[in-house]
Amino acid sequence: MTLDHFWSILFLSLHAMVPITLTAAGEVVGERAGLFNIGLEGILLLSAFTGALGAEAGGWPLGLLVGIGTGAVVGLFFGLINAYWKGNQLITGVGINLFALGFVAFGLQALGTPGFHDVPWDVRLPAIRTPVGGLSPIVFLALVMPFAIHWFLNRTRAGLWVRAVGENPEAADVAGVPVELVRLLATTFGAALAGLAGAYMSISWMGAATEEIAAGRGFIALATVVFSGLRPILTLAGGFIFGFFDSLATWIANIPGVKEAIPWQFVSMIPYIATLLVVTGVIGRVRFPKALGVPYRRE
Amino acid sequence: MKRGYDTLRSVAESILAAIIGLVVGGLILKAWGYSPISAYIALFEASFKDLYGFSGALANATPLILTALTFAVATRAGLFNIGAEGQMYLGALAAVAASLFRLPPVLHLLVALAFAGAAGALWALVPSGLRATRGVSEVISTIMFNWISRFLAFWLVANVLVDPYRAEKTITVLPTSRFPTLVRGTDLSYAIFLAVAVALLVYFLLRYTVTGYEMRAAGANPDAARYGGVRSAKVIVLVFLLGGITAGLAGATQSLGRPPSYAVFSGLPKISNLGFDGIGVAMIGRNHPLGIIFAAIFYGGLQSGARVMQLFAGIPLEMVRMVQGVIVLALALPELLRIFRGFRRRRVELGGER
Repeated sequence: MTLDHFWSILFLSLHAMVPITLTAAGEVVGERAGLFNIGLEGILLLSAFTGALGAEAGGWPLGLLVGIGTGAVVGLFFGLINAYWKGNQLITGVGINLFALGFVAFGLQALGTPGFHDVPWDVRLPAIRTPVGGLSPIVFLALVMPFAIHWFLNRTRAGLWVRAVGENPEAADVAGVPVELVRLLATTFGAALAGLAGAYMSISWMGAATEEIAAGRGFIALATVVFSGLRPILTLAGGFIFGFFDSLATWIANIPGVKEAIPWQFVSMIPYIATLLVVTGVIGRVRFPKALGVPYRRE
Repeated sequence: MKRGYDTLRSVAESILAAIIGLVVGGLILKAWGYSPISAYIALFEASFKDLYGFSGALANATPLILTALTFAVATRAGLFNIGAEGQMYLGALAAVAASLFRLPPVLHLLVALAFAGAAGALWALVPSGLRATRGVSEVISTIMFNWISRFLAFWLVANVLVDPYRAEKTITVLPTSRFPTLVRGTDLSYAIFLAVAVALLVYFLLRYTVTGYEMRAAGANPDAARYGGVRSAKVIVLVFLLGGITAGLAGATQSLGRPPSYAVFSGLPKISNLGFDGIGVAMIGRNHPLGIIFAAIFYGGLQSGARVMQLFAGIPLEMVRMVQGVIVLALALPELLRIFRGFRRRRVELGGER
């Protein structure tokens, strides 16, 4: 393995890490507040699509904003249903995923581009040029975000509120914390980050919106949250591990000798198998917030 | 009396949710520049007006009943099994694999179905084991298994079961192991009877057997069930195996009972998403085997109507999955009907305070 290989794997891994780390770090905030969103997969898919449309309408800044906005709107909806109306979080998540699957397939077809929509070069987020290849600026954001969230959760009053409503909503309520509002905002923030991750995929990383662009990454992000034990900084490590396996699959599939020896289908399984193994390995050592997934009803 | 009222309320909630779904879907159609009313008229006329259209609805309902059962059985036992998708792929291919050898009619079909059920169950075994022994969330493990299964299926189609003359599909299923067509000129085959029979069987199992009682007890109150001597590991594995069998059979109904191809194509175009749609169907049917039959016919009708709508009005048929998503979101609200009642009551209360 030469130095060039090292850099190319590192860059591929960093780019593949971004959607998972951003989504997972956001979900840590939501789960710390007690809401478990399995609709992240759908949010990634939706915002990848809307982000691409936004970029085409007004350049990449609008694209990123539309992606974030899409995530936030879905998150707001998820929060309303679950924090205020005490809905079933898992079912809401499934509904979001089904809706996204239909909406994006419908939208791609209505645009006259069934299954695949290319984002023109001139509206993609420009990469930072380095001697060893282009690097998306969002990579740096993804590297910083977990630290910012760590600081927020552990060093600010609002962060304390988030942890309180997830751990002991009754006590938080007695202390005057608006439980429902904090949960709503926390999950909306998480969903907005997933929206950014989706827009990143279509207008920066892959340069296209497809029906399968999310490719299970929303669920891999959920697995990363488990792996991190709900500590935001560890979502960097988790995201990088999955990013590495993700890019390893791409990389292996393009090595001449390997391509013939191992069918690409088996190489493509690697990130999913790795996710399962990692989750199986760490489970049992992870402590989740006491009120995670439980709607709060005032007595 | 109580039971009757609960059933009635569940049905009313599902119908209300379906209406909400169709209205939101209509608004999105309108936003996209289509005419929702004529679209819906075309859709429902195409699938519920005559025998031909209704056959299409039933043909689409066939696999959905079976994948919905996978989800429903698990939910009744307090598990969230979203692995039907991957189990269904392998079931479809295992049923095709039975055509690698020759057998007399009927027996051949039974063997192919046994293959499919076994393949689905096998694929469900690892996630159930991980959940039962290590506590790995079945939400994550079944989704990962769906993706692994997808790539495995791609590989099987392209390498193991490939048609020597046409590389883009598997071998064609032998006539001896096919489901006969029920209504000539339509997709509807005798597989619908299999789906309905399995639903009835699951209903019977849940309602009248000790195992079914244990499953429901584990779902309703896990702690009490454990105290009462229900072994949760056993329940988890049984629920997953049963779900795997029905999902595998769902796949088989597509490769053995869907004219004219009787094969699986590369990229899995005809069978993709049947497992996920089954989740929506299970929810609309309120995770009740009998409710699922009706929900599947409703959703199957939407699908076949949408195909016609796409043909004549140019509206992408994927819109029905969007509608389904909204229906499920509406159903996520606990006691949908009560929300409306709650609004009214609150207004009365506010008025009273003043």
